[in-house]
Amino acid sequence: MAMTLITTNTSSDAATSDFTTGIDNTYKLYIFKFYDVNPATDEADFTFQCNATDSTSYDETMTTTFFRAYHNEADDSAALNYDTSPDQAQGTAFQALAVSVGNGADESCAGELYLFNPSNTTYVKHFYSTFNVLSGNDYTKETFVAGYINTTTAIDDIQFKMSSGNFDGIISMYGVG
Amino acid sequence: MPLGAHKVALFGVAGVSTGDVVLLSSQTASSSASIDFTSGIDSTYGEYIFRFYNIHSGTDSTGLTFQVNASGESGYNETITSTMFRAYYAEGGDASGVLQYAPDDQAQGTAFQFLCNAQPDDNDAGMCGELHLFNPSSTTYVKHFYAKTITFDTGPTCIHLFPAGYINTTAAIDDIQFKMQSGNIDAGTIKMWGVKN
Repeated sequence: MAMTLITTNTSSDAATSDFTTGIDNTYKLYIFKFYDVNPATDEADFTFQCNATDSTSYDETMTTTFFRAYHNEADDSAALNYDTSPDQAQGTAFQALAVSVGNGADESCAGELYLFNPSNTTYVKHFYSTFNVLSGNDYTKETFVAGYINTTTAIDDIQFKMSSGNFDGIISMYGVG
Repeated sequence: MPLGAHKVALFGVAGVSTGDVVLLSSQTASSSASIDFTSGIDSTYGEYIFRFYNIHSGTDSTGLTFQVNASGESGYNETITSTMFRAYYAEGGDASGVLQYAPDDQAQGTAFQFLCNAQPDDNDAGMCGELHLFNPSSTTYVKHFYAKTITFDTGPTCIHLFPAGYINTTAAIDDIQFKMQSGNIDAGTIKMWGVKN
């Protein structure tokens, strides 16, 4: 599987990280990798939305799932469960990929998002992600998000931001043939 | 089917790039106490992926583990907080589920982190999977990792495991060691890849 680095966005106290070029029919799969995303606001969620070619804003309809495994440093809380708060049923909100990310100097989240065939004009657009988070209250949280963007219009823009406040971090977009 | 031109993409050749993912090193065990990667982990890549090909244990009912060593330190003993869950289904069709598995996680522990467990030493048994380690050369943040592995235990039961967590240090990580919980790695290959960012 040859993977080609298309763009890297390095954010420093940024409100958003946008990828507005390079998402087209060149690749059937786009992989976004996230290197140490650190929010300014403690316990903020790291989120994304998409923009289709027929619209101007990041507000596509999604249906998604969200589950996670967590364990704290104090060793008194651990579980694997489905979380209904970040999922969406035909919602247009920004989708959380990582929740409750800590804003401490050494705290962050890292992971990857797979977006399949975004330029297709026949089918909905499937995606899934895996992240690991160091939360503000010293938990490790592995989060699994998946779903589809419920449009048959091509997707050519994607935006990442925190649910509150700005963030630092590096996001790289890769194409897979 | 001859692998032909697909061989590099499937298995990699050291120094050969498949796009912006570069195979850095490949090591094959032969009754080895451990497999260590002590060079090549630096700021060149944002992510390192370790892939496990048919890791065969020399001892019954044990599992492959890993630990790391920070730059300028000695000993594979960094502090880890981690989770572990697994999906399983028995060959007999009488047991299945998905559950969090506390015995293999850590809360600020310095033990070797399990990547799988209860692996038999049967001739046809092995473990496969991959470990993602993000930004190990950072001197600002903790180091996140997650893995997916597949094995079967002595049940015999198919087990799909998901270890994840962070190495709780802001020192750069430049060494990683893999070994069985007990005994040797009888056979198997571990490859290390770098992902450009």
